Order: sequence, then structure tokens, then C-alpha cells
Amino acid sequence: MTVRKNQAVLTAEEKRRFTAALLELKRSGRYDEFVTTHNAFIVSDTDHGERTGHRSPSFLPWHRRFLLEFERALQSVDASVALPYWDWTEDAGRGVRSPLWAPDFLGGDGRSRDGRVTDGPFAASTGAWPITVRVDGRTYLRRALGAGGRSLPTRAEVESVLSMPVYDTPPWNSGSDGFRNHLEGWRGVNLHNRVHVWVGGHMATGASPNDPVFWLHHAYVDKLWAEWQRRHPGSGYLPAAGTPDVVDLDETMRPWHDTTPADLLDHTPHYTFDT
Amino acid sequence: MPELSRRRVLTTAAALTTAVGARPVLAPSARAAEGDGHGHHSPAAFDEVYRGRRIRGGPTGAGGHHAHGPGYAVSVDGVELHVMRNADGSWISVVSHYDPVPTPRAAARAAVDELQGAPLLPFPAN
Repeated sequence: MTVRKNQAVLTAEEKRRFTAALLELKRSGRYDEFVTTHNAFIVSDTDHGERTGHRSPSFLPWHRRFLLEFERALQSVDASVALPYWDWTEDAGRGVRSPLWAPDFLGGDGRSRDGRVTDGPFAASTGAWPITVRVDGRTYLRRALGAGGRSLPTRAEVESVLSMPVYDTPPWNSGSDGFRNHLEGWRGVNLHNRVHVWVGGHMATGASPNDPVFWLHHAYVDKLWAEWQRRHPGSGYLPAAGTPDVVDLDETMRPWHDTTPADLLDHTPHYTFDT
Repeated sequence: MPELSRRRVLTTAAALTTAVGARPVLAPSARAAEGDGHGHHSPAAFDEVYRGRRIRGGPTGAGGHHAHGPGYAVSVDGVELHVMRNADGSWISVVSHYDPVPTPRAAARAAVDELQGAPLLPFPAN
């Protein structure tokens, strides 16, 4: 059984195996297929049109399935690997000093001149992490951790969102009230979106999976969905049926066409968390 | 320029970029003329050189922009920047997708800031 652990408790060996599996997926070309898929959904999901991966109720089950696909790809390289999660509330006070950004894991901040990450396994100088799915001419991994004085969400802010009893509300988009949109961040204290912006560089763009921290960020967003479910056992996924442009509970999701939100509400058949 | 097609906007932008070249950054007061970006009407067109790069934007006609229908096109040095309007009237672009700003001009400027001089690549769906 796959156990997803807090990145802060990984052993040196677990970090080594995780980053090695990432590099092998990159080398084989499979990694970039995930970047392409994500960017395609980012630019096509719109508030007043069809929306599946983002700004919609299926943001959470879509990313759960997307991460499952990615985790299975990692495990095809090394069966011992599971996706770690990044509890960014633990780093709200220490920012760039988190061990997450150490050279033995994801590498650090981008340099000020051009945002280029210069250490760690994904630095351009290694030659092992070319940015090929991109929207501009730059081919090196970029970050700007905390640029512009932004801060990571705090645990209190997370608690305020977990306390919301309703999963999602009409109009089922970036203007919605409810748990999903507050977790996604288009409204309110802003959790998920703000973390993308805090990391900066590729993480701030539609091609955000170019930075491996994408997976650790979304693994934690996914864990927060599980925590919300435990806290509100009487609250279910919404909408239930008959909603134009929106994935209802029992409708299949693109691009897989074989899984519904209902199929993905329970993560435990696929993985558990360390806490 | 209500009748200009998206292609026309972008082509014109490319031509003007060549003709004008770099100019000083426009004063912040330029923002006042562009409308607030809210409501049901498309924001006004804009055309300026920001940090040495030509940014243009304007409404497109019906059937203009692939998946999004009638909308609004933005370019940086003549290359389309994919932008999107949120339900609350704010805007994002593909290079700053999680950080809404009030207007398409602000999205174009944020893109120039983010690009740090790098060329934008043509949007794959074009």
C-alpha cells in the first residue's frame, strides 16, 4: 500500500529515490506529457464554459486522479516511491529555509537576475531537467520563492477553510462560495493559488508541473480534501446531477473518460497518509 | 477598435513593434483610461510600450478565440498571450495563472514583468 508522507520526515534515501524516479520520467519523455495535459486544461477551463481541471467542483477529484496517474508512473520506475506532500503551513514562518529547498531534495530559490534555480537535481546546469513544455523562450527551471513579500498560508487560515460545511456552490466556478473554491483560492483567504504564486517561476504559470514541487503541493491540497471529508461526514460532492459544463458526481472526467468524482471520493483504496 | 479581428490586432501589433521600438514606460495614469474591466462589456483596447515591449489588447469578434468564444486578445511584441477573464471580472494569463489582476492591461504588464525580457512563444492552439 502506498503511504504518502510529509516531505519534512523523509529519509535521505527516500529523497534520493524520489528525485531519481522524477529524473527518469523526465529522461523518458513521460514527465512532459503530464505538463502538457495540465497546461491544456488550464487554458481551456473557463468560468462560463466547460470546466474540469480547475475553477470547478472537479478541481479536487481531477487533481486526485492526475496525481494517481503520476504516482503510478513514478512507481513503474521505482515501486518504493510514493508522492510526498508539502504542508506549507509548517513553512509559513521559515519560507526558503525549509529542508524542502535543500540541494539534496528540490533545490533552492532562483537567482535574482533571471530566476534560474542553480542547485539541486533540477538545476539547468545538470542537463537533466530541460524545460521543453513552455510558454516562453526560457529552458531552465525558475523560482522566486516569496517574491513580492507574499507569505504562505497559515494553519489558522487552513482551519478557516476546513470549517466550511458545503463542498461547492453555484455557479460552480471561480465565483463560488464553499470549501472547494476557498481551498482552490479564487475567493477568500486563498490557499492553493497563493502557494503557486509564492513559489513563482514555472509554478506561477499554466505549465506549473515543470517544477516538481507541483506534485508535493497538490498532494497536500488533496490531503486537505480528505481532512475536510473527515470533519464533515454528512457533506458530499456537489453538484449531484444535471449541471451544464460542470462534472456532476456521477459523470466521467476528461481526459480519462473512465472515472467519476464519485469513484474518487475515497482515497484509501489507492493510498493512505502518514498522519 | 471594435471591428478588428484578433488576427488583425496581433498583426498590427507586430508591425508597430518593428516601427516604434523601445519607448519609456508609460505613466501609471494610462491605467485610468482603460476602464475597470468589470461588468459585461469587454474592456477597452490598449496599446503601449511597457518596459521596452509592445503590449496590445482588444476585443475580438464572435468566434474569435478557440475555446473561449468571443473575447479579448492580448499580445506581447506581436505574439499572442493567452488571457482569461474570471467570473468577478478579474484577469489572468498563462504566465501568471494563479494571480488575478484587475484588467487585461495589468495581465499584459504582469506577463512582461514575469518574462524578464524572454520572448513569448506562440500559443500552441494557434
